[in-house]
Amino acid sequence: MKIISCMKPVPDPASRLIINETKTWIKDQDLTFVASEADNYALEEGLRLKEKHGGEVIVLSMGGEEAARVLRSGLAMGADRAIHLLDPKFKGADEFAAAATLAKAIEKDGGADLVLAGVQSDDLGTGMTGTMMAEFLGWVHATVVVGVEAAAGGKSLKARRELEGGINETVELPAPAVLTIQFGINQPRYASLKGIMAAKKKNFKVWTAADLGLADDAVGKAGAMYEVKEILIPEKKSKVEILGGTAEEATAALVEKLRKEAKVI
Amino acid sequence: MESSASVQEARQSIREEVRRLCQDFPDTYWQDVDKHEKYPQEFVSALTESGYLAALIPEEYGGAGLGITEASIILEEINRSGGNSAVCHAQMYTMGTLLRHGSDEQKSRYLPAIAQGKLRLQAFAVTEPNAGSETTRIETRAVRKGDRYIVNGQKIFISRAHYSDLMLLLARTTPYEELKDKTQGLSVFLVDMREVKKGLDIQPLDIMVNHHTTTVFFEDMEIPVESRIGEEGKGFRYIIDGWNAERILVASESIGDGRWFIDRASKYATNRVVFGKPIGTNQGIQFPIAKAYAHVEAADLMRFTAAAKFDRSEKCGAEANMAKLLASEAAWEAADVCMSTYGGYGFARDYDIERKFRETRLLVAAPVSNNMVLAFLGQNVLGMPKSY
Ligand SMILES: Cc1cc2nc3c(=O)[nH]c(=O)nc-3n(C[C@H](O)[C@H](O)[C@H](O)COP(=O)(O)OP(=O)(O)OC[C@H]3O[C@@H](n4cnc5c(N)ncnc54)[C@H](O)[C@@H]3O)c2cc1C
Repeated sequence: MKIISCMKPVPDPASRLIINETKTWIKDQDLTFVASEADNYALEEGLRLKEKHGGEVIVLSMGGEEAARVLRSGLAMGADRAIHLLDPKFKGADEFAAAATLAKAIEKDGGADLVLAGVQSDDLGTGMTGTMMAEFLGWVHATVVVGVEAAAGGKSLKARRELEGGINETVELPAPAVLTIQFGINQPRYASLKGIMAAKKKNFKVWTAADLGLADDAVGKAGAMYEVKEILIPEKKSKVEILGGTAEEATAALVEKLRKEAKVI
Repeated sequence: MESSASVQEARQSIREEVRRLCQDFPDTYWQDVDKHEKYPQEFVSALTESGYLAALIPEEYGGAGLGITEASIILEEINRSGGNSAVCHAQMYTMGTLLRHGSDEQKSRYLPAIAQGKLRLQAFAVTEPNAGSETTRIETRAVRKGDRYIVNGQKIFISRAHYSDLMLLLARTTPYEELKDKTQGLSVFLVDMREVKKGLDIQPLDIMVNHHTTTVFFEDMEIPVESRIGEEGKGFRYIIDGWNAERILVASESIGDGRWFIDRASKYATNRVVFGKPIGTNQGIQFPIAKAYAHVEAADLMRFTAAAKFDRSEKCGAEANMAKLLASEAAWEAADVCMSTYGGYGFARDYDIERKFRETRLLVAAPVSNNMVLAFLGQNVLGMPKSY
């Protein structure tokens, strides 16, 4: 099976985040980046499938030096090779532009049997990139996956999806497919010291927008569908009100307030 | 030769991957281990299985064949995460003695199993009740009888003896009085404790830190002659050979602690509001933290200087000793500053500051006290008269 696992670099969750001058993103120059957590689950799933069925696992990431680091980490965990999409033009991409770019890279690498992505990223958390990528590739996909099995030498996939209310469903998909992997599906392995040393010798490709044959207005900020106007820290408000009367009266008053004042129901 | 960029990249990867591993062992894990005086087996297993403790073992024996610089980064990150390298650092501390002076037979017998994590080399027995800083005064005797040595005596402060299969032991093979050169007459043994039938008694010692430290009694303990490392009588020399590595590693653990304290202190100072403003706005709180930070960072430079020299096989006694001194003092300063910043809460177990405070204090005193480090610098580096 040829498996491509996507990895997004995100600020280390332990970092202190400061909003930048234009209020459109955080100051990310001095931050340490790590792979988005769900992407580690995705990669682990990919590595396990390879261990079972053979083949290769390729890690794919778009971004600057931080993406290279995350890819090295993926190689250290056991991926066979890496593709780094590196171009200043990729900067400012939204999910749409990112998905278009990643899909092109997958095509350029000759496609795959399976593409894995995290269910959502630690920073934006919209959960769209994986599904959009599937659309760009014209492949089937399944989201919020909590279990994967491959059959017929990787030509057919069974994915268990998490639904609301503690219910799962199993779907069968023909390969090639895109799966977005839910948190906690497995226990991602640690990179071993030997894995880190071996990673240095593995194939590491770097592709630009031109390499992918993508026009300038199809990538990065220019290729994005939306623009971030402002990012902000929500104002903290705390107010306590004790509702008097009988239990029924208090409940009625509470429902009224939730509806009219808090506007949450 | 590998390019320096790729060496730096690998070091950065090691740092990040150890950090990731340590994230799975948060404060609560170490607090629990400390409170119940448990051995952090899960952590040590994770580290061993990923091969980090085998950093210094040559590739031909199944290790990673890396240098002291990489080893020091691993230990630093453990301490920086809030963990305690002391639970497993001995293998790295003692590796030099085994690598440099062990026979091929000994190396191929033990190193592959150590590298695979099947065999633990975590105990190092030097200190005795009547010989701490003055190592050449040890009294534990190893008397040769045919193809065996019979060991009698007592060791104190021997850490992790219950959690190790092998013990590196320094014992006297020639009586002190018979020696002209008092640095002779000691020998090093690699004792396979699993094979010792009788005469080895290990008793826990109740101390301030969770170090699994013990008193070890030897009563006619028999060990095979093949367990001796190198020549008889040269043991002190062999142990001293390992001291530079040990000092660099202690320095790196201190730096990890120092950074942990600075992180905690600066965050707490920013968030804790007293008299209507964060306490960190007061220079009485802010400046000591900034100063301790500068001291930790300065010590880190000396650590890397010493480690780089060590890895190039250059003389590094002065640098290794200075790194140990500067780093352990900076860590202790950071610990003290962190306690002051936390006020009463520094003493509350839940905040975890007091645990690290206890742990980092040890590095000033052991495995070598800073007085002995100063004596080394004063006498061996600056050429002043010897005090002892
Ligand atoms: C938690 C813990 C774990 C340990 N683990 C191990 C272990 O695994 N294996 C092992 O072998 N040992 C271990 N030790 C022992 C440690 O290495 C010794 O405690 C240390 O070497 C000092 O010896 P001492 O305690 O006998 O101090 P002493 O030698 O009695 O010295 C007491 C003080 O006097 C100072 N002093 C002595 N002579 C001079 C001088 N000439 N000039 C100036 N100052 C001087 C010393 O620096 C020290 O501050 C451990 C100790 C502790 C506390």
